[in-house]
Amino acid sequence: MTEAPLLSVRNLSLGVQRKGRPTTLIVDDISFDVAEGERFGIVGESGSGKSLTLRAIANLLPAGVKVLSGSVQYRGQGLQGMPAKSRRRLAGREIAMIFQEPMSALNPVMRVGEQIAESPRRHLGLSKAAAMDLAIDMMRKTGIPDPARRAQAYPHELSGGLRQRIMIAMALSCSPKLLLCDEPTTALDVTVQHQVLRLLEQLCEDTKTALVFVTHDLGVVNQTCRELGVMYAGEIVERGRVKDVFADPRHPYTKGLLDSAPDFDQPDRELVAIPGFPPNLADRPDGCPFQPRCAFAVEHCATARPRLADVLPGREAACFETARIFEGATA
Amino acid sequence: MTDVTTQPAVPAQPEGNAPPSVLRVANISKEYLLGQGLFGRFGGAKKASLKALDGVDLELRRGEVLALVGESGSGKSTLAKILVGAVKPTGGDVHELGLAEGAGRLERSRRVQMVFQDPYSSLNPRISVGSMLAGLLRLHRVVPPGEVRAESIRLLNRVGLQEDALPAYPSQFSGGQRQRLAIARALAVRPDVLVADEPVSALDVSVQATILELFRSLQDELGLSILFIAHNLAVVQHLSQRVAVMYLGRLVEIADTAEIFSNPRHPYTRALIDSIPRMSADSFTDQFEVEGEPPSPINVPSGCRFHPRCPVAVDRCRTEDPSLSPIGPGHASACLLAAELPVYQGVPALKTALPALKEEQ
Amino acid sequence: MTTTPAPTLAPLKTGRRAVRSRSLRPWYRNGSLMAGIVIVGGLVLVAIFAPLLTSYSPITQNLDQVLQGPSAAHWLGTDQFGRDVFTRLIWSTRVDLRIGFLAVLIPFVVGSVLGGLAGYFGGWLDVVVMRLVDIFFAFPFYVMVIALVFVLGAGETSIYLAIATVSWVSYAKIVRGEVLVAKQQDYVMAARLGGFSHVRVLARHIGPNVLSQAIIYAMSDIVQDIMAIVTLGYLGLGIAPPTAEWGSMIAGGQEFITTQWQQATIPGLAVVVTSLGLSWLGDGLSDLLSPDRRK
Repeated sequence: MTEAPLLSVRNLSLGVQRKGRPTTLIVDDISFDVAEGERFGIVGESGSGKSLTLRAIANLLPAGVKVLSGSVQYRGQGLQGMPAKSRRRLAGREIAMIFQEPMSALNPVMRVGEQIAESPRRHLGLSKAAAMDLAIDMMRKTGIPDPARRAQAYPHELSGGLRQRIMIAMALSCSPKLLLCDEPTTALDVTVQHQVLRLLEQLCEDTKTALVFVTHDLGVVNQTCRELGVMYAGEIVERGRVKDVFADPRHPYTKGLLDSAPDFDQPDRELVAIPGFPPNLADRPDGCPFQPRCAFAVEHCATARPRLADVLPGREAACFETARIFEGATA
Repeated sequence: MTDVTTQPAVPAQPEGNAPPSVLRVANISKEYLLGQGLFGRFGGAKKASLKALDGVDLELRRGEVLALVGESGSGKSTLAKILVGAVKPTGGDVHELGLAEGAGRLERSRRVQMVFQDPYSSLNPRISVGSMLAGLLRLHRVVPPGEVRAESIRLLNRVGLQEDALPAYPSQFSGGQRQRLAIARALAVRPDVLVADEPVSALDVSVQATILELFRSLQDELGLSILFIAHNLAVVQHLSQRVAVMYLGRLVEIADTAEIFSNPRHPYTRALIDSIPRMSADSFTDQFEVEGEPPSPINVPSGCRFHPRCPVAVDRCRTEDPSLSPIGPGHASACLLAAELPVYQGVPALKTALPALKEEQ
Repeated sequence: MTTTPAPTLAPLKTGRRAVRSRSLRPWYRNGSLMAGIVIVGGLVLVAIFAPLLTSYSPITQNLDQVLQGPSAAHWLGTDQFGRDVFTRLIWSTRVDLRIGFLAVLIPFVVGSVLGGLAGYFGGWLDVVVMRLVDIFFAFPFYVMVIALVFVLGAGETSIYLAIATVSWVSYAKIVRGEVLVAKQQDYVMAARLGGFSHVRVLARHIGPNVLSQAIIYAMSDIVQDIMAIVTLGYLGLGIAPPTAEWGSMIAGGQEFITTQWQQATIPGLAVVVTSLGLSWLGDGLSDLLSPDRRK
């Protein structure tokens, strides 16, 4: 692919620095690209670092968490060192984010219509009236019934699903090129989740918006994304197309995850849990972070750290033994 | 079959080969009054009321896992609290079969125990594991005082934890471990029934599996009857023998697990199944699209509660309020059109075969 | 069963873990707490060992030694009755500290109990208690206290009664609020479901978790009560003379502010230092007992 990717994360490492203590590495040297219009999912459990990765891209890291090394490049420009003004100009228009809990992302004392209109006024230079029209239009597009009236409501007057749609309307109001989603449907009822995901899929299709979608739900990532990165202990351990990874995982953690998740379409499959516990990030062992829990580990897995490497066309896995473990299966 | 209808509750044992009931509720209602006058509820204006439950009949059979499924406003949590006795219903009866009349709080609490959703608020952070278990064992005189410690260790082992957990405090455990502790606590009094309110929803995927297997083994080895409340239908399908679907304070469908997922006979159930994000399927199914959200229990729609969102609603549905009626062996639905719904196609099952997993089978 | 039983406590987090805790440092590293302990501790020691720290009597008059300036014999000079000011300063510590602590006790107990029961049981009890709270809360503190002292006469008992009448309200509100929150915790419901009685639940499950807020408030309440006592003393409504008390010392020393300024100002400083010490102690305790450390 000769065209530069829309988003390029290169060797990004994030850490927590506390006075008088060594830095705790939370995200360790991850790299991935997102092409224009691509839908990239990041899957992991608690402590995998997936949410912080997203926040690093959005420049919304919580206090105490720093970028230790690496870069985030949007359209070839590094976002890390960019002065605030240029970043705002770039990011406000083209990069948007939606969060898990709409109630904390929406301003409780501002009417929702105004909140949606804020961004277009700022970034597109629209007049107050024009921006409000745009806001109402966005609300209609996100399936909110009676949008003109609803625009006058305050966030607490709306239900969870409607608030999430408001957030989507806000995020898409300036037609961004990149939409970052941090578990946007986890807090929603299942039928509402279904509607919201379809909405996202459709809107992003229409505007060719690229998606980086963080979730812990394997079903959701299967339905929403095309490409997938699986994170464990701050590293990407497998990367590839979602359908391929699910059908034929090439990292023991991915396989463990798939084996332990109840799949509605395979009710008779026994669930196999991954033994052990996620690692203590402050106390990283040498070698592969998954090794203590890996059924296939051999000696050198504990001493050397595997890096993401090609195992198939379009597929990478960070495992020394991937050939031995998995290639035996596909006869 | 007489077991799951809304006929006036005569707590008869179910016919046929179904195991006997351990817990049964009949025509349960729970209404909350909203609005407070100057003197609380004793004076001043009374505004609207919220009917969390409106006439629910349910029975839990011995040794089964019955799943209770529903979204916000369905009333499933309220029903769970009524079943364990934490909340008193405003109407209807709770029959705890096998319990003597006028049995005390202690005896009642020995029979039915609860496991909560949030592992971080279900254990008192200031009480050690050992104290917690010992307190219960002593209160209910489960074992003689000299054996309390040994019994505590036995309980810990039963849930996959070791003796070294005894002096520790909840903050020293992970979410999955805390749920195990919560289960150990529930098991301490040797209950007949366990009510589990979304016990795995707050856990990571890989940890869920261990807790689900724990429930499975408790059912097998201790003959526990479990009421399992969940919103994740994949989990429900994996663990339960029967499924009851709730919507806005009513039971809308109940059937054996295999039956309800292959032949759902209520539009809401179909919508729920269709909205499951699938791990192995190709795309969304568009069979039963529901619009909008679960309405608030303050504004219950007229007629069939589901009709405003129902893709197959007809005029009758606006005026008639259907009751849960049997439509097949062990299968009941509260839909006027239950018998006429098109045959369920389901998801084209596994168009994409999974080679790696096939080999394991 | 295909799952391996997970090893328990295998990465066991030690008791101090709680990432959300604001002070990961041990308690003795907490600046406020240490400063508070030092000052208040020091004051308590001074109060206890007052007779050993000075040989003069705080109340015996020596009319041949009035209004002397600071000297080797009288570090802070003498007052208009010839009494050693330093001695009176030290001995006041006994009075003011004692009354301050005791005056807090009754409101603390009464308010916490009423508020706790109201919050826990709700219903008519809650309504009655809260209306009482509303009524008592409407009265301004000093007006009430002064009025009651007028009615009941000056003296220690009156002070206790007056303060108790007015300040139980805050404890009731605080504890009721905390209980309402604690009640919602699943572990409280679990305890009830386990068969424990209300008494047991209140004592073991709710109590420890709600009283910490009341204790923290009590610290600042002691400061307020000491201020009240000092004010009453200044107004001549407090502890009857000749007992040494900071407020009456300030009042008495007012007249001589131009010549023997230390008589009025040093007791005032003492009050300030005491308040500071108690505030720091309260801050330090708040860090220690705050909800951040509960998990």
